[in-house]
Amino acid sequence: MLLSIRSLTKSFPGTVALDQVDFDLQAGEIHALLGENGAGKSTLIKCLTGAYRRDGGTISLDGAEVDPRSTVEAQDLGIGTVYQEVNLLPNLTVAQNLMFGREPRRMGLINSRAMRDEARGMLHQYGLDIDVGRDLGSYPVAIQQIIAIARAVSLSGKVLILDEPTASLDAAEVRMVFDVVRGLRDRGLDIIFVSHFLDQVFDLTDRVTVLRNGRKVVTESTAALNRVSLIEHMLGRELEDQVDELSSDAPHSALPELLRFTNFGRRGVIEPFDMVVGRGEVVGLAGLLGSGRTESAELIFGLRPAQTGTASDANGELDLKSPPAAIAAGFGFAPEDRKTDGIVADLSIRENIILALQARRGWARPLPRSEQNRLADDYIDKLDIRTSGREKAIGDLSGGNQQKVVLARWLAMNPRFLILDEPTRGIDVGAHAEILRLIHRLTEQGMSVLIISSEIDELVAVADRVMVLRDRRFVAELEGPLVTGDEIMRAIASDDGNRGAA
Amino acid sequence: MNTRALPLYATIVIFLLAYLLCWLQFPNILSTRVIGNLLTDNAYPGIVAVGMTLVILSGGIDLSVGSVIAFSGVFIAVLLRDTSLHPLIVFALLLALTTAFGAAMGFLIYRLAMPAFIVTLAGMFLARGAAYMLSIESVPIQHPFYEALKDAYWLMPGKGRLTLIGIAMLLTVLGGTIIAHGTRFGASVYALGGGEATARLMGVRQGRTTVLIYAFSGFMAGLSGIVFSIYTGSGYSLATVGTELTAIAAVVIGGTLLTGGAGYMFGTLIGVLTMGLIQTYIVFDGTLSSWWTKIVIGTLLLGFILLQKGLLKLSQSRLNRGGA
Repeated sequence: MLLSIRSLTKSFPGTVALDQVDFDLQAGEIHALLGENGAGKSTLIKCLTGAYRRDGGTISLDGAEVDPRSTVEAQDLGIGTVYQEVNLLPNLTVAQNLMFGREPRRMGLINSRAMRDEARGMLHQYGLDIDVGRDLGSYPVAIQQIIAIARAVSLSGKVLILDEPTASLDAAEVRMVFDVVRGLRDRGLDIIFVSHFLDQVFDLTDRVTVLRNGRKVVTESTAALNRVSLIEHMLGRELEDQVDELSSDAPHSALPELLRFTNFGRRGVIEPFDMVVGRGEVVGLAGLLGSGRTESAELIFGLRPAQTGTASDANGELDLKSPPAAIAAGFGFAPEDRKTDGIVADLSIRENIILALQARRGWARPLPRSEQNRLADDYIDKLDIRTSGREKAIGDLSGGNQQKVVLARWLAMNPRFLILDEPTRGIDVGAHAEILRLIHRLTEQGMSVLIISSEIDELVAVADRVMVLRDRRFVAELEGPLVTGDEIMRAIASDDGNRGAA
Repeated sequence: MNTRALPLYATIVIFLLAYLLCWLQFPNILSTRVIGNLLTDNAYPGIVAVGMTLVILSGGIDLSVGSVIAFSGVFIAVLLRDTSLHPLIVFALLLALTTAFGAAMGFLIYRLAMPAFIVTLAGMFLARGAAYMLSIESVPIQHPFYEALKDAYWLMPGKGRLTLIGIAMLLTVLGGTIIAHGTRFGASVYALGGGEATARLMGVRQGRTTVLIYAFSGFMAGLSGIVFSIYTGSGYSLATVGTELTAIAAVVIGGTLLTGGAGYMFGTLIGVLTMGLIQTYIVFDGTLSSWWTKIVIGTLLLGFILLQKGLLKLSQSRLNRGGA
C-alpha cells in the first residue's frame, strides 16, 4: 500500500467538504476518483497536494504519515499534480519549464545547452520529439499536458495526480495522453485520475473510488462495475427515506400549458430541443456533469441567447434574448454556484432579497425601507430562514439558509417560471428536504419550476416530469409513473454502455 | 522562432531604419562622435531602464526611480560639500541606501500584497521629499576626483569620445542581460511575470524574488544617480522629474511586454538609443521644437503596444489552427 488515507475530514464555513473519507492507492495502479460537483474530489486532491490543510484524519505515504503544507512540499514528498489548466508558464521555453528550479549551472550561470539536452532526453521517454527551445505556449494543449506530466513525474516520482487532465482535449489528443499515462503505470508509478468522463474511466483505470457529498461511497475494481451501477453510486439513492413522494403521478397534459419551447438551441452549446411546461408543473433536468443541463437553463434565461427556435406562451412569442428580457417575461433563475453567482456575501439578508426587485424598478425608484423590511421579514418567516435578524450578512448563514434567501429573492419578483440549478448542493439533509417541500408548495400556488439536479432521488421526489440530457442533447422524457430512479438512470446510461466497453 | 522575440527584432529594425533615415539627411550622424555622445547623454536613463526592465519583466512597475536619482545627486553633493569623505565611500553609502530602499518597497509589495504601483508611488514621494530635506537649492559638486571621472574617456577612431559613464551604461546592460537571461533568479523573474500563481506552483520563492527585483531596481537607480551627478556636476532635488516614465517608455519600445513575462535586456538598450536618436536628430535639424521628441516617442510607444497586441492575436490564432 503506497498511499493510504484514513478518516480524512475537512470542513468550510457552512459545509463539510470531506467527511471521514478513506482512500487507498496500491502500487502501480491507475485509480479513478469520481463524483459530481461538490462531492469532495477537489478538496481531497487539495488536501493531498498541500493546497488545503486537513482538519482531521491521516495521510500516509510509504507507511510514514505526511502533512504537506504547500505544493512544493508535496512534490518533495513524491506527490506530483497535473491540473486541468496546464500549470506551466507559456512564456518560457519547453526546456525552461521542464527544468525550472533545477537548471544545470556552470559557474552560477544556467547552462542552456545542457538544459536543452536534458529536457530533450526527458521528453524522449514520452515519445515526444519537439524543439525544446520554443515557447511552451506555441504548442497545442495536449503536448503541454504531456510536458506537465513529465515535469511532475521527474519532480515527485511516487504518486501522480491527474486532475481532469483531458477536459480540453479532443479524442486523438486524449489517446495520446492516455498512452503516456499507461506507460507511467507500467513503470510503477501510482496514478490518481480525476475525471467526470465515464468512458475515459472505463478505458484507463484499474480501480474506482466514488465520492458523494463529501463521503466515500465505494471503492471497486473498474472491471467489476458497469455504467449503471457507477452512475448510481455517483448520483445516490438515499433521499427516498427523507422525502415523501411530492410529485403527482398525473400526466402533465392535465395541467394547462404555460410555456412552449420549439426547436430551441444554440450551436456548440445545446442541440435544439422542444419542451412544454405546464402551469404549476415541476420539470426536472437530469444528466451527468457536462451533459448540458446548466447550459439549457442559461439558454432559457437568456444568459446565452438561443440561435434557433422560439419560446412562446398563451399570448404569443416571448423575447428571451437577455436576462432582463427573461425577467420581464416572468422568469427567475437561481444559478448553480451559489457563492459566486447567487449571493452577495457581504450584503445583508434584506439587501440580498430585494436585489432583483430593486434592479427591475431601476435605481431612480428605490424601494422604501419599510417595504424592504416587510419583504425580508415576510420571507424569513415564510421560508423559515434561520437567522438572528434580517440585517445579518448572508455570508454568515449556513448553505441551506443562503439558498433560501436566493429563493426568496426570486419569489419576491413573483415569477411564473422559476429555474433552479442544483438548489440543494452543499446543503445538509434536513434543509434539503425542506427546500424540496417548499418547491412543492410553490407549484401548488401555480408557479412552474424547472429544476436541475445531479441527485436522481431529488428529481424523483419533486418532479412531475423529467427530461434527460446526454452529450448536450435531450434524449428522453419521462413522466408520471415512469419518473423513477431506475428509469432515469437507464436513460442517462443507455447507448453509452456500448461505447464505454470499446 | 518564438513570437516572444518578434518585438525585439522589430525594435532593432526600427532603430536601424531610423538611423538610416537620419544618415540620408545628415551623413555626419554616422560618426563615432555622435555615437559617443549618444551613449554619454543616455547613460543615466539607460542604467535606470535596466533596473526597470527587470521590474517590468516580473509584472511590476517602479515609479520611484526618478526621485531616487534626484535624491542620489543631492545626497552625493551635500555629503561631498559637508564632509571630507572620499567620493567612492559616498558612492558605496548611497548604493547601500538605495538598494535597501528598493528592497523595502519589494518587501511591502509582497508582504502586504499591494500593487507595486501604489507602493512605489509612495516611494517616489518619499525619495523626492528626502531630497528636498537635504537641500532645496542646486548644490554644485567640486571635487578633483569628480573632475577626473567627468573627463575620463577613450578616444575612439574618428575622434569620438567613449566616456566612462557611457562605458558604465554598456557594462550595466551586459550585467543586466546576464542576470535576466542566465541565472535562476532571472528565470524566476520571467516566471512571476508569466503568472504568479503558476510560478508559486513551480517553486518560485515569490517573497525573496520580489525583494531582490526591487532591490536591483533601487541599486540601478542609485547607480544612475551617480552617473547623473557626474554628467551634470551637481545635485538638484528638482532634477529628473518623470525619468521613471521615460524609463518605462524605453523598456516598452525595447520590446518588453508591459504586463510582464516577455522581453529582452538588449531590447531596452535599443529602446533607450532610439529615444536618444530622435533627440539627436532634432538637434541636427535645428529648426524643430524639442517637443517633437515627445510626439515621436508617444507615437512609437503606441505603435509598440499595438504590435504586441497584434502578435498576441497572431500567435493565438496560429495555435488554434495548429491545435484543431
